[in-house]
Amino acid sequence: MNSIFFWLFSALLLGFGTAVILNRNPVASALSLVVSFLGLAALFVTLDAYFIGIIQVLVYAGAVMVLFLFIIMLLDIKAEKRRSIRPAAFLTGGAIVTAFVIQLAMVLNRFPGGKKTLEPLPERLDDVRNVGFLLFSDYNLPFQVVGVLVLVATVGVVVLSKRELK
Amino acid sequence: MVTLNDYLLVSGLLFALGFAGVLLRRNLLIIFMSLEMMLNAANLALVAFARFNGTEGLPNYNGQMLVFFIITVAAAEVAVGLAIIVALYRARQTVHVEDINTLKF
Repeated sequence: MNSIFFWLFSALLLGFGTAVILNRNPVASALSLVVSFLGLAALFVTLDAYFIGIIQVLVYAGAVMVLFLFIIMLLDIKAEKRRSIRPAAFLTGGAIVTAFVIQLAMVLNRFPGGKKTLEPLPERLDDVRNVGFLLFSDYNLPFQVVGVLVLVATVGVVVLSKRELK
Repeated sequence: MVTLNDYLLVSGLLFALGFAGVLLRRNLLIIFMSLEMMLNAANLALVAFARFNGTEGLPNYNGQMLVFFIITVAAAEVAVGLAIIVALYRARQTVHVEDINTLKF
């Protein structure tokens, strides 16, 4: 049962991921990326990472992609005009990506730990409780540093978006 | 049954898709979206390793914490990156990388 869901959501993730880089219209790309991220959130749930799955939907599929759509519509970007493709650049890029996929297949073939299957988890998994406990004990300092980072990013965005600095 | 290799394969393919988008597309916004796909491919690999290498019947939560921090930093990065793209568009009226070649040697 689990494997049906795995292949279904993987197909969703990779299919709409391909649509992102093939679409000419940036709005269609952004909407494909939303569906792709929803598939990824479902994959996180098949891995019993419920908290990360929910965060993925809220932060990525929600906030980040809305920000992307907002900017695309604010700048009023039309679908790209067809430009001449430079064959040399296109072939080089394609060759690098193909080489990467071949390397990946070879490494996965020889990876000894890759044959593991999912072990059963206890009857009741307090996922959010466990994550929250670790976040506020072992990872308390990084958590607060990330808070400062978000503050700095907010100030930076405001400064960048101002038309002129006094 | 689904093995760890299956998850790593999907993660690697997603990374390759994002990589292809960065190399082949010339619209800055699409390049930025492809970067997000590459970050998410890394997240999938981390969560898969955390789940398959669990201890005492529990997933290894340290991997999930790393994913949590990556998502937070990525959200901040998207905000700053889009602000830079808006500033660039104001100065140049384009988001096409081939039109932005002042520094090109």
